[in-house]
Amino acid sequence: MENQELENGLKAKFKKNWRLFKQSKLGMTGLTIVIFFGFLAILQPLLFLTNIWDEGTYHPVVGYDSEQISRTVVECPDEYPTEKYNTKEDCPRVDEVNIRYLKAFGIDAEVGDSYFSNVQPAPPSSRHLLGTDSLGRDIFSQLMEGSQVAFLLGLISAIIGVGISTLLGTAAAFYGGKLDTYLMRQSDLVLMLPSLPFLFIISAFAELKVWHLAVVLGTLGGLGGSVITIKSQALQVKVKPFVDSARITGGSKRRIMFSHILPNVAPLALLYMVFSVTGAIASESVLSFLGLLNIDMSWGIMIYLSQTEGFIFTGLKYWWLIIPAGLAVTLLAGGFYLVGRGLDDVFNPRLRRR
Amino acid sequence: MSEYALEVKNLSMHYDTLDGNVDAVKNISFNVKSGESFGLVGESGCGKTSVAMTLLQLQPENSVITDGSIKVDGKELIGLSENELRKIRWDSISIVFQGAMNAWNPVIKIGEQIREAMREHNPESSKKDNIEKINELFRMVGLDESISERFPHELSGGMKQRAVIALALSCDPKIIIADEPTTALDVVIQDQILNEIKKVQELLGLSLIYISHDIAVIAEMTDKIAVMYAGSIVEIGPTKSVFESPKHSYTRALLDSTPSIHGEKKKLSSLDGEPPSLINEINGCSFSPRCPSPTSGCRDQTVEMGLVQVGEDHFADKCCSECV
Amino acid sequence: MADNILEVQNLTKHFEVSNSVFSRNKKIVKAVDGISFDIKAGETLGLVGQSGCGKTTTARSLCLLDPKTSGIVNFYNPTTKSMESIDSISEDGMRIFRRNMQMIFQDPYESLNPRWTIKDIIKEPLDIHNIGSFSEREEAVVEILRTVGLTPPENYLARYPHEISGGQRQRVSIARALVMKPKFVVCDEPTSMLDVSIRISIMDLMINLAKNLDVSYLYITHDLAVARYMCDRIAVMYNGKIVELANTEELLKNPIHPYTKRLISSIPVPDPTYKREVYELTQNDLDNVYNLSDNKEDLFDTGNNHYVATHKIEGLL
Repeated sequence: MENQELENGLKAKFKKNWRLFKQSKLGMTGLTIVIFFGFLAILQPLLFLTNIWDEGTYHPVVGYDSEQISRTVVECPDEYPTEKYNTKEDCPRVDEVNIRYLKAFGIDAEVGDSYFSNVQPAPPSSRHLLGTDSLGRDIFSQLMEGSQVAFLLGLISAIIGVGISTLLGTAAAFYGGKLDTYLMRQSDLVLMLPSLPFLFIISAFAELKVWHLAVVLGTLGGLGGSVITIKSQALQVKVKPFVDSARITGGSKRRIMFSHILPNVAPLALLYMVFSVTGAIASESVLSFLGLLNIDMSWGIMIYLSQTEGFIFTGLKYWWLIIPAGLAVTLLAGGFYLVGRGLDDVFNPRLRRR
Repeated sequence: MSEYALEVKNLSMHYDTLDGNVDAVKNISFNVKSGESFGLVGESGCGKTSVAMTLLQLQPENSVITDGSIKVDGKELIGLSENELRKIRWDSISIVFQGAMNAWNPVIKIGEQIREAMREHNPESSKKDNIEKINELFRMVGLDESISERFPHELSGGMKQRAVIALALSCDPKIIIADEPTTALDVVIQDQILNEIKKVQELLGLSLIYISHDIAVIAEMTDKIAVMYAGSIVEIGPTKSVFESPKHSYTRALLDSTPSIHGEKKKLSSLDGEPPSLINEINGCSFSPRCPSPTSGCRDQTVEMGLVQVGEDHFADKCCSECV
Repeated sequence: MADNILEVQNLTKHFEVSNSVFSRNKKIVKAVDGISFDIKAGETLGLVGQSGCGKTTTARSLCLLDPKTSGIVNFYNPTTKSMESIDSISEDGMRIFRRNMQMIFQDPYESLNPRWTIKDIIKEPLDIHNIGSFSEREEAVVEILRTVGLTPPENYLARYPHEISGGQRQRVSIARALVMKPKFVVCDEPTSMLDVSIRISIMDLMINLAKNLDVSYLYITHDLAVARYMCDRIAVMYNGKIVELANTEELLKNPIHPYTKRLISSIPVPDPTYKREVYELTQNDLDNVYNLSDNKEDLFDTGNNHYVATHKIEGLL
């Protein structure tokens, strides 16, 4: 009888980790959410490419579609309740328009006329699954566009951030001395910084597009607290016998740092990467909501528009302008976080139950 | 009143893991008389620590006892409630763990920790009585009384281990299980501690179950031994008899691979490969892949297993006893 | 008359330990407190002692992992065919030194990089020192795998450490240490974490390789029985100093220093009928040894290549 099932290399290791990940309910929930939004992100360009959707109508920024409906002109009374209307909010009804409103815009009309107008924003219908916004643009398309932005932003900033923090953390652990002291003080400084106000200041100086924001978020994240955690992990690796072995054999410092220590710090770094995506998505939505970013369309922009146009305070009347975008931000940010928790189970055997 | 302090019959246990069932303990049976010293020998993964944990019903959550009985002084342990077990543990049967020196709470003084155990099992005992008892135990294991007032980090490894033995004795158990109590200790200290254990055992008439992979220590400390491999007992009998005429190939391999500083420098042999995975079901003899002299029955794994008598009170696996 | 591979004179290694964060008093721990020994080509010298005696620190100092505090270490340079001091070594000399000195570690689970394949692990020394062409290096790896008993080698090249057993991992460590055919290997308890039944096969492998490749070992262990099996000579260490140094059988049959006597008599014997008597140390015995010589620095030569330390030792009684 040979040794127990000798798996072959990376493939089996991946399969085992996948099985462990599947065990984690949190992780799988998160992954489902992330895959769903990923699918949305890919779906939009596909729909355009295959001409299922016409760009003129469905483009999230420049598309336009609107229904014309006819409404009866009425004059809303001053006192309520009356025969027809119970309260002030009931007049005009959805199929009516107040003559005073038209007169205010200089439009001549008489009570009883049929007034034709465009329905903007339009509620969800068979043509527009989530309705349209005040400029007649398809909300669903905007949602998908926002998904693309979120993924791009999240992943780029995460990669930048993790790249920086891994390099710095490992260098601090490996070289020690003055470099270590400097990097730790730098981390402390960045940690102390209130990140959102800092981002406000930056956006005041520069016009931030998606790419710029990704770099800024990534750099901020990379220089912060994760350097300290990665450093401690690198320190643990540094004292392992196989590193001693490389030193004895005569390996150069660069070789030891890059070929021996870094690869063993990588799993932890990956974990941080996933968590930092959450922060990136949330930050974008806040900054867009405050109108500080120069992005054409994103979930944050969607909420920003609904606020500046006054729809936010209409309660649930125009729900499709607010809820999809808000929910998307929450779900995707949360989804990445849950994936991180699932990965934590995989990489941190002490947390496992068996 | 049973003839035996401990009776284990047909004990079988497996762990429920992600990869399947790990059969850690397969059909183990042995008896220990009062005052007798019983050794459980085997290497990593043979199941001896699992047996120790099961004897105290301290197995981890994912373990399942599928068969067998454990009787301490005639009373069955398997199936008892946690409350009843708590009364029996430390009172009738206690344990000195491997690495027990690190099991001390670093912020509580040694004496207080032992008194805590004593209070748990004997709530009516007075503090004065307990302190007196601890002092007596310390004397027995060669510790000064003042150790009671010290914190664990102030003691050396050997002292901590001695204190652990005192802790194990604090509630007057009839049986002590010692699971590799002297690993990581200086050879000289190990010798002293083994002496203390023997002295205490004789003085109090205790039964000792000594678990180790160290053949030499087992030879000196035990009256009767069982050799474990891949979850089963492959040979069991009086220590002298097993050392003099080992009947199982694995026992012989263990003895042949132990270097000694005494006598002539003899030629030693070694085993290849490693113990089998306990996840897959093993047919026939689990040792046959590594056996230096397997027969056709062993190789084809068609041989019937089971212990047969090979000497007075001395049993070995049927398979090996036939190809001597 | 074999030549010396290594000459150590009065090696010391001190560690500074501060009592607390605020205290300026630094306590000095003399982990290695002046030891001297030579190792000849092809010889295996055992360094035996209990934990904390300084044997691992000695190993690390010799391999330049933690630089020594003081003392002379001369190493045989095969290119210039002369003994060179480590202190005044040139960059070229350092490279030759590194090529000829390797170390095998105790823990089979932590001494191989878990992210590297077996092939890369064994090939690394050749890559670092630029030995041979690319294909020659691959061949050397296959060859050494065969030599250490991991056959067929092709089965192991692409594997990762977590896929093989502890014994196999130690064989990989041995392969890596010996792939450059060094003159000297420090072995830090390489079998103490392995199963008893496979230790002998690893030790036999190392003995064979020593013969075939003309390698010297400094074999560090706490187990005298293992030292007896592996070593030509044994040095017993206590508290940072060597207390006795002699040929193996001579040391075991006629130990002179009381500490050695007590150590030998404390070791359990795998024979239930053997009546072991523990040697009781007395101040008288210690005094007899102290009085052997006035020179407390060097080991006293009692003849027959058997040396004893005559300095005062604390904490034995």
